Amino acid sequence: MADKVLPMREALRNALREEMIRDERVYVMGQEVGAWDGTHKVTRGFLEEFGARRVRDTPISEMVIAGAAVGSAMAGLRPVAEIMTINFAFVGMDAIINHMAKVRYMFNGQFKVPMVLRCATGWGNQATATHSHTPEPIFAHFPGLYVGMPSNARDAKGMLKAAIRDDNPVLFSEVIALYPKPGPVPEDPDFVLPIGKGDIKRPGKDVTIVSFGRGVEWSLDAAAALEKEGVDCEVVDVRWLRPLDTALIFESFKKTNRCVVVEESLPYYSFGSEIAAQIQEHMFDYMDAPVKRVSAMDVPLPYARDIELMALPNVQKVIAAVKEVI
Amino acid sequence: MNATPALDTPSQLLSPEALKEMYWLMLLARRTDERAWVLHRQGKIAFHISGMGHEAVQVGAACAIHRGVDYVHPYYRDLALVLALGVTPRDFMFSLFGKRGELSSGARQMPSHWSARKYNLVSSSSVVATQVPQAAGLAFAIKYKRDHGLIQADDFSQPRCAITCLGEGSTSQGEWHEGMNWAGVHDLPLICIVQNNNYAISVPFEKQMNIRSVADRANAYGVHGITVNGSDVLAMYDAMKAAVHRAYRGEGATLIEAKCHRLTPHSSDDDDRTYRSREELEEAKRFDPIMSFAQVLLGRGVMSTAEQQEFEAKAMEIVNTAHREAESAPYPDEHTIYDHIYAPINHESGR
Repeated sequence: MADKVLPMREALRNALREEMIRDERVYVMGQEVGAWDGTHKVTRGFLEEFGARRVRDTPISEMVIAGAAVGSAMAGLRPVAEIMTINFAFVGMDAIINHMAKVRYMFNGQFKVPMVLRCATGWGNQATATHSHTPEPIFAHFPGLYVGMPSNARDAKGMLKAAIRDDNPVLFSEVIALYPKPGPVPEDPDFVLPIGKGDIKRPGKDVTIVSFGRGVEWSLDAAAALEKEGVDCEVVDVRWLRPLDTALIFESFKKTNRCVVVEESLPYYSFGSEIAAQIQEHMFDYMDAPVKRVSAMDVPLPYARDIELMALPNVQKVIAAVKEVI
Repeated sequence: MNATPALDTPSQLLSPEALKEMYWLMLLARRTDERAWVLHRQGKIAFHISGMGHEAVQVGAACAIHRGVDYVHPYYRDLALVLALGVTPRDFMFSLFGKRGELSSGARQMPSHWSARKYNLVSSSSVVATQVPQAAGLAFAIKYKRDHGLIQADDFSQPRCAITCLGEGSTSQGEWHEGMNWAGVHDLPLICIVQNNNYAISVPFEKQMNIRSVADRANAYGVHGITVNGSDVLAMYDAMKAAVHRAYRGEGATLIEAKCHRLTPHSSDDDDRTYRSREELEEAKRFDPIMSFAQVLLGRGVMSTAEQQEFEAKAMEIVNTAHREAESAPYPDEHTIYDHIYAPINHESGR
């Protein structure tokens, strides 16, 4: 089957719809997923197609959205629960961290929790401090959870389908700014991208740029600009913060001996910290420069447009970081 | 602000000036709110969340407390409430545009997330219901200070109750239950105003809870609960006055469910035509609290048509000036971005 150019939002919709058709146990719930077609319109038309039994509007109650998903997954369903924005996941943190992640382990494997918690994520658009988090590294901290964040429409479809079919609990983050971005998407209903496999988004030989989610776009734009200056960057999209494809990162690093990490999240105890640690632990003999990190600034995100933009990562910051390691 | 004798309808004691001030505050909030929608649709501001239809709840509540002294922990629809406390349309316009010198946060917070220490107005989160345990904590501090002789019960310069507001949608959050329960356990001087507009964004009341009234939940926490017509500013004032007296006298917390109508979408980010019929909205507009209060005041001869027109002209002038000043003001200085993440270095603690 051929590819079709779709915005990431529609790629996700197709993935979810195909999996609901494929497996009667898959159902969706969350705030606004039904009558309002989903806050980000991923579940548009689902209420009509699948009915209120499988498309459940919930109260504003993240503890119930996440907690009841855990319970129903333990009882044999395969919930795809939606948290409107990942900021609100903090309200349901006990269900996510203490239960979704740990039930299997705490029951010595007697119960599984095959659920997906879809969260819209990302900074920007003046949504400010309590509304603008990209906190996926926090969730990736906890063993038991898988954490994925696609950078384009094709990956979004293949990764979400893998997440729904997997028996492990998956926190699946979707960058709001990427929802409208179009890209070629396979129409094959069995197109699945395996969990934990990263992807080389651009081959190169001089510097490895490791990123995920929206950072991939900044990295590719930076690489295009740097190519004109004779710098050949390889862009590694890890796709999954957990399980992390360290093999792919190391393979690239052995070739380039230099690394820049790009993320939308905050700098302390971050994705960048983890990649830098992994490289110095395992790749020390290959290092020609310190690992450089590009992230948001270490502040709660402010509202005023000028200082908000200043606090965020961008292409120029990636270019500057690459120039520091070559 | 001494405790007045028990009276079912203390609003009968309101002077013509006080009644006209209530009307003025509601009108000023509405015109300011309407301008925010225009600015959003013109692409000049990033976001607006509206209080249109809720003005009577908020002004009725504000006028029943010791304004600027009693703690207020508002939510994002409380424009009329904060205008009654002293926040100005200019302050609000500065927050919409995110400009230098903005009152609440130096333009760090989203608009409609008000705070001002000088009015004992406490900043809130975009995550709903988080204000309820915090407001219970404010009320706890009042009781603690009184019980330990740190303030006197008749010291009217100190806050004597804490007010918090939220929508009925937010009462599905655990934090609401936990905060209310604690207020009940300790008989705290807390007044929780649930502005029930029947929608949690798009999800209607009957999909949020299987009871007819949010106030039914008061019994579960051992607090006093009542339901009031939130489109009637005087009914709201009366209900609130009774709650304030209970709080001031140390008789515990009150849950007020104020039933009202949201005359707009949830925020500038949604289109309510997808989940609410136009007929339903037209019906709601019949209960517009400002129009109905104007009829009351005109009917009683408290306000003349000429005065009503003067209020309109004055509100437009204030909003126009505020809009102009905010739009032309500079953005915050970039060097301030790290200010106030932490307290300054304290040499005694070695930090």
